[in-house]
Amino acid sequence: MNTIMIDRGEMDTGASPAEPPLSGQAPPSTPALQSLPPSSSTAPALSVKDLCVYFGPNQVLRSVSLEVPARAVTAIIGPSGCGKSTFLRSLNRMHDLVPSARVEGEVKLFGQDIYGPGVEAVLVRRRVGMVFQKSNPFPTMSVSDNVTVGLRLNGLRRRALLAERMEQSLVMAALWDEVKDRLNAPAISLSGGQQQRLCIARALAVQPEVLLMDEPASALDPLATAKIEDLILSLKKDYTIVIVTHNMQQAARVSDFTAFFYLGELIEYDTTSKIFTSPSQKRTEDYVTGRFG
Amino acid sequence: MSETAPIRPGSWRPKRGGAAVGDHVFKWLTLVMALAVFALIGAIGWQLAVGSREAMSRFGWHFLVSTDWDPRRQEFGALPFIYGTLVSSAIALLIAVPISIAAALFLTELAPPWLRQPVITLIELLAAVPSVILGFWGLSVMAPWLGQHVYPHLQAALGFLPIFRGAISPYCTLSAGLILAIMVIPIVTSVSREILRSVPGLQREAAYALGATRWEVTRIAVLSYAKRGLFGAVILGLGRALGETMAVTMVIGNSAQIVASLFGSGQTLSSEIANEFGEALPGTVFLSTLFELGLVLLGVTLVVNALAQLVLKTFAGPTAKQRP
Repeated sequence: MNTIMIDRGEMDTGASPAEPPLSGQAPPSTPALQSLPPSSSTAPALSVKDLCVYFGPNQVLRSVSLEVPARAVTAIIGPSGCGKSTFLRSLNRMHDLVPSARVEGEVKLFGQDIYGPGVEAVLVRRRVGMVFQKSNPFPTMSVSDNVTVGLRLNGLRRRALLAERMEQSLVMAALWDEVKDRLNAPAISLSGGQQQRLCIARALAVQPEVLLMDEPASALDPLATAKIEDLILSLKKDYTIVIVTHNMQQAARVSDFTAFFYLGELIEYDTTSKIFTSPSQKRTEDYVTGRFG
Repeated sequence: MSETAPIRPGSWRPKRGGAAVGDHVFKWLTLVMALAVFALIGAIGWQLAVGSREAMSRFGWHFLVSTDWDPRRQEFGALPFIYGTLVSSAIALLIAVPISIAAALFLTELAPPWLRQPVITLIELLAAVPSVILGFWGLSVMAPWLGQHVYPHLQAALGFLPIFRGAISPYCTLSAGLILAIMVIPIVTSVSREILRSVPGLQREAAYALGATRWEVTRIAVLSYAKRGLFGAVILGLGRALGETMAVTMVIGNSAQIVASLFGSGQTLSSEIANEFGEALPGTVFLSTLFELGLVLLGVTLVVNALAQLVLKTFAGPTAKQRP
């Protein structure tokens, strides 16, 4: 009864996310969730509590609570307008840039409330990187400059070190082999899929603790999408990844945990295999089976 | 109502022919309009060349390098005016460009919404002030005030530079540069603002997501993306400064001389034409030289623009445009 197979593909069964996500919204009647061992081995990377986000008079997120386990992929799914991007953007304080946006509640990054007094958004974003739906390399910069720009912003000047970090980041983003001969070419000379991986390399170069991905493959063709997905799977042994996706197969393929949002609320949050095979909420089941949304 | 046929695929065949004709008309009409610009410049150049034929045949290339200008003694050299035009425009840009781009950055990146629109309106108002009014204000208020309260201090502080030495005249090249700066600021600010506004929000977000501060975002995401467009805005301002006439005439002192000091009076090409055109009788060499000054101004403008394009090609790096 309490054996839930978490299908993590080729993932090792070692230290990585042994604990289940603790969902504040999941109904207490979910027996599987309660029977699982409480989180003990590792602290959650992100712990969100009663998060509400408003844009002007509109409340877009309604008291969302969930914990994102470290070194695992957590997918956020839900129909358009359900607040999943809004949720993602509240994890690195991107809403600070929108004057009409208001965030209430608590988001703890390894125990520290990122909305707490005296916490600078700039420092939060250095620890929580982000990849966007549309690839957005800096068009006037070369491939290599795009990767190192975050490092240079943070004061790294030594050429040798920059070159080393650049190569590491591009290797990690599975782009090195394709661009190593044209590192000085303009970033926009790359293909769409390469540009997106360049953006991932750029985000990785500053060594964030958490990587947020907002539908990173939705503008890409299936081949480029497969590359991004492989990349996500290879990154999760080191990184905590939260990915918003419209593509449920993608969520099923890459994520360990899945949260289903609907109309600004977190409906259900559980292991991915559970969400896609035996969700406890009717609305989740309707959504993942394609009955609505 | 009952005669209305049900909607079925292919049941409606609108009778409209000539779609291709319409596109042809559109293409040729726009082509003619575009060529009209060339034709206009050509016609202006031709007319000026015809008008200045006598002066050209009499003075030749010497006209461009001679500094003597004395209509009564029939001595004509355009160099003081070329010099005055270039120097006053350079001063104008030196002052106006930092102010304009800073103002545009403030308006797009920093200003709270309640402040933005009033400032934009004020800047557009400034652009709408007729140059003769601005010139009159320069003549009666700005230049005398500067000559009394600012220029002496400037000389005291920076007098070791040749450009700030010598006798101070309130009606001088520096005053002309300042009045030009005031006229150039609105146009450069407005165009720069539009260009900065066109920088995609995604570019800014990309920088913010790397943990960039507001200034860093402006530098790596906004300014570098927009630098070509901003350069274009500056060129637009330069074009205005090179050709501006009335306001300059009223504050530059109107003397055909080349002096190192910016406190000395000078003269520009357009201003000289405006000043002397009423004096020149038809059929005289004098009138012909004024035509040639016009031709020189056209040439200077074209050369400066061509140089600017060259600079842009050489230094601006890859475009912010999407790849082809």
